Amino acid sequence: MMKLVHFELNGQIVEVNQGLSIMDAARQHGVKIPSLCHHPDQRVKANCRVCVVEVEGQRNLVSSCSTPVTEGMKVRTNSPRIRETVQTILELIFANHPQECLTCVRNGNCELRHLAADYGIREVKGEMTCANAPLDISTPSLVRNPNKCIKCGRCAEVCHHVQQTGILYSHYRSVDVSVEPEYGKSLAEVACVLCGQCASVCPVGAIHERDDIKKVWAALDDPEKHVVVQVAPAVRVSIAEEFGSAPGTIATGKLVAALRKLGFDRVFDTDFSADVTIMEEGHELLHRIKTGGVLPMITSCSPGWIKYIEHNFPDQLPHLSTAKSPQQMFGALAKTYYAKRAGIQAENMYVVSIMPCTAKKFECQRPEMKDSGFQDVDAVLTTRELGRILKQAGVDFSVLSEEEFDAPMGISTGAAAIFGATGGVMEAALRTVYEVVTGKELPNIEFTPVRGMEGIKEAEIDLSGTKVKVAAAHGLGNAKQVMELIKAGQADYTFVEIMACPGGCIGGGGQPYGTTNAVRKQRIEKCNGWAKDVRNFLHYVFNYSKL
Amino acid sequence: MKLETINNNIETIVKEKQALLQILLAVQDASPENYVSEDSVNEIAYSLNVSRSRVYSTASFYSAISLKPRGRHIIRVCINAPCENAGKQEILAVLEDQLGIILGQTTSDRQFTLEGVSCLGACYASPAIKIDNTLYGDVTPESVITILQEYRKEAEDVDCSAS
Ligand code: SF4
Ligand code: SF4
Ligand code: SF4
Ligand code: FES
Repeated sequence: MMKLVHFELNGQIVEVNQGLSIMDAARQHGVKIPSLCHHPDQRVKANCRVCVVEVEGQRNLVSSCSTPVTEGMKVRTNSPRIRETVQTILELIFANHPQECLTCVRNGNCELRHLAADYGIREVKGEMTCANAPLDISTPSLVRNPNKCIKCGRCAEVCHHVQQTGILYSHYRSVDVSVEPEYGKSLAEVACVLCGQCASVCPVGAIHERDDIKKVWAALDDPEKHVVVQVAPAVRVSIAEEFGSAPGTIATGKLVAALRKLGFDRVFDTDFSADVTIMEEGHELLHRIKTGGVLPMITSCSPGWIKYIEHNFPDQLPHLSTAKSPQQMFGALAKTYYAKRAGIQAENMYVVSIMPCTAKKFECQRPEMKDSGFQDVDAVLTTRELGRILKQAGVDFSVLSEEEFDAPMGISTGAAAIFGATGGVMEAALRTVYEVVTGKELPNIEFTPVRGMEGIKEAEIDLSGTKVKVAAAHGLGNAKQVMELIKAGQADYTFVEIMACPGGCIGGGGQPYGTTNAVRKQRIEKCNGWAKDVRNFLHYVFNYSKL
Repeated sequence: MKLETINNNIETIVKEKQALLQILLAVQDASPENYVSEDSVNEIAYSLNVSRSRVYSTASFYSAISLKPRGRHIIRVCINAPCENAGKQEILAVLEDQLGIILGQTTSDRQFTLEGVSCLGACYASPAIKIDNTLYGDVTPESVITILQEYRKEAEDVDCSAS
């Protein structure tokens, strides 16, 4: 059982579990201590000092994010000294920060701005010393604005410890500190996979997705263009958060209605092409098993993961499935199959995707993604950008009534609905394989976590007597462990799913701000519940149609 | 995460950082240009299985490590108040004049680099300069010229015996 400790919080005795920081303990008792460098899923960094409190018996103020509560401790979170200190710290940050809130991409959801508002900062004393360094616009996915960086180190933490891609880190010392790649290189010059997890945890506008909203408006405003949109599965469990709903709210119907309001000619579903990806991957897997091809086969849907393996395990590329990702399958089909059916020239088509992902912006402009003779997908908006474009257009999400996707590319089996969460792609593909081989429906897969490797799970499936071992990993740090096993020939898997982002696409780098692991869990739960409904429904339809 | 684990993590990081610093110093000492090159940063990262940016972070944090090529000898001039008062300007002017470079630069024959540091720990003997690991206290414009000549002569001897 958890041991309890008692401590005095602003004069009241309260009880909390042992091991909590003063910050977390205070929060449990209704006191929110300001924070900037702290992130609930990260290790303590304690570098911003806005979370200082008074502890009786200690001469200096202590940072509450890094100090554990002990029995009998007497803590003050609010005193003239604390207020003055925090005020000074904030003013120092502001004196070093461009005052561009009105035109900032984070206007509305910036943690620093919220803090300034909560703390009632009305003037910035001292000299403005804001840097005017050039922005890093070297990639199609991300923009890094070093002038707005408050050096909290949250991006470096996610990049080094979760993704283990090791791109962003803090350099130099004291007033010269910078958080960037080595030698001040741009993101395009290093092995950045453009997953956007850094952008997702940045408290301010120092690193964010490249904004492609203008491009999309230009296409929508062009009467010559037939503009179609596809929406990825993971967007429907997160878009409502942009409009204040609880994490994990499923809003498929409203999402379709909202996109129609924006003026898209057709609103389609990436699930349609995800089905195609599943069929291809499933059959490729079968083929590899039968013909002694390269195993394990690894999924290829996640462009951050593809860029990662290209940089870090180039000799392991034959393990990748040759199937394109659903986004790219959709683009190619839209500009060929759909264009032909609708009697539209491919050059007059404009394909937009709504993705939970910043790496998709990179994927769509890869030179090989031009099956239709044109760039198959023209523009990608992240969930966050979709939220912004809808607000710009004055679409009131909350009062919309639910609408259905357009035919033909809005129809899907539903098998792809689980694509958004970790393990989903693999399960969907296995379903195909299982049904082809056994003629039966795949029973629920029982995954077990791999010992000592949180974030990697495995399962065994009986394919008419042949045992097939499969694994799913999410987050590139976990992917790295799996890849090292595969490279060393120590993995007896037949099929492996890898998603670059923690939790899979529902935790993608383009999802609404505040995507913590707790929020990821809520989205996955909703995804799973919903997928179960879809499965039950399909089962029903399947049996019914046999009657 | 438990605070105990956090503190353990911090300890490991500190230890790793110190180990990395030792490696960087050794690499720098072995380099004819007295610095850690980008290739070396990449190699250290590869062999320690840490990111290049981690290695660069430590290298750029410590003033003992240079990320730019330097001369064979590093001349450090204290730029703090005590030396300033004791006539540092004059000493610096002589050094710059004799070497034909300004603070922060390296002579074209790659023999000397002139660096400003804050405090050499020799305020009792200000003005002071340090060449490599040797401290010269209470220097005068004249003594600085003599000291430089010794280093020059030694350099010539080395070059002669080499050829
Ligand atoms: S990052 Fe935040 S504080 Fe800075 S300009 Fe943008 S909104 Fe304002
Ligand atoms: S996009 Fe991903 S790999 Fe690139 S810097 Fe950000 S977290 Fe690191
Ligand atoms: S880029 Fe953002 S997350 Fe990274 S250190 Fe700067 S402010 Fe913090
Ligand atoms: S939140 Fe505690 S020091 Fe930054």
